[in-house]
Amino acid sequence: MTYDLALAALADPTRRQVFERLAAGPRSVGAIASGLPVSRPAVSQHLKVLRAAGLVADRAQGTRRLYFIDRGGLAALRAWLDRFWDDSLAAFQAEVERPATTRKKGNQP
Amino acid sequence: MNQTIAVAPVRKTIRVAAPSDRAFAIFTAGMAGWWPKSHSINASPIRDIVVEPRAGGRWFERGEDGSECEWGKVIAWEPPRRLVLAWQLSPDWRFDPGLLTEVEVRFIADGDGTRIELEHRLDGYGDQAGQMFAVYDRKDAWQGMLERLAATVGLSPAA
Repeated sequence: MTYDLALAALADPTRRQVFERLAAGPRSVGAIASGLPVSRPAVSQHLKVLRAAGLVADRAQGTRRLYFIDRGGLAALRAWLDRFWDDSLAAFQAEVERPATTRKKGNQP
Repeated sequence: MNQTIAVAPVRKTIRVAAPSDRAFAIFTAGMAGWWPKSHSINASPIRDIVVEPRAGGRWFERGEDGSECEWGKVIAWEPPRRLVLAWQLSPDWRFDPGLLTEVEVRFIADGDGTRIELEHRLDGYGDQAGQMFAVYDRKDAWQGMLERLAATVGLSPAA
């Protein structure tokens, strides 16, 4: 049942963007909305659907509420890691192929 | 009821224009040079990421203030060909000793460069090794990936 909901939740492109915004770590509604062509209330609505699907969870931090990818949802965990390694290996490749003279000190092999 | 969950490993392949010993060294000793800075569990910004060069070694980040946060362990250390790390970070970016996933990285000579094959296995969540299936690794393959998951898993991970 959870996976049916997850499927439906991520079928919406804007909602998928909201989910991907959380790939790098927990975010507030404001931080998620920044740069997206949708209002904060709309983002809140998307988060509500994602939470109902078991893809996203939230916790209070001070006066703010932070949203993050719910690792209890296996689909979410896998999707998150898939994205994480795409980004990280691209950065790794760039680092390996960067001329040695411009590589940051301390990162020499 | 003893329910298990199977999920396909995340698999990635990338080629770099460098020999495998250099690629291996930058992947491990030079990790802080390419790891996304946003992916930190420490309150202090990342100063270094340490992969201790031996099986059983620690894998941790060290902050600007010198504080250390565990990420996992080194399971296999076979330079310049193979590395296996125990990844114990959850997606809300916290250390979770109960979370056991494995990242295996193979460095394969490919002409004057190296092909890197990475496999992140998530079967620490269950035990259904026989049920691996084709992996959708394109960034836009959400739909297919989740359909495949739904068909294979068929139960809630909360069960």
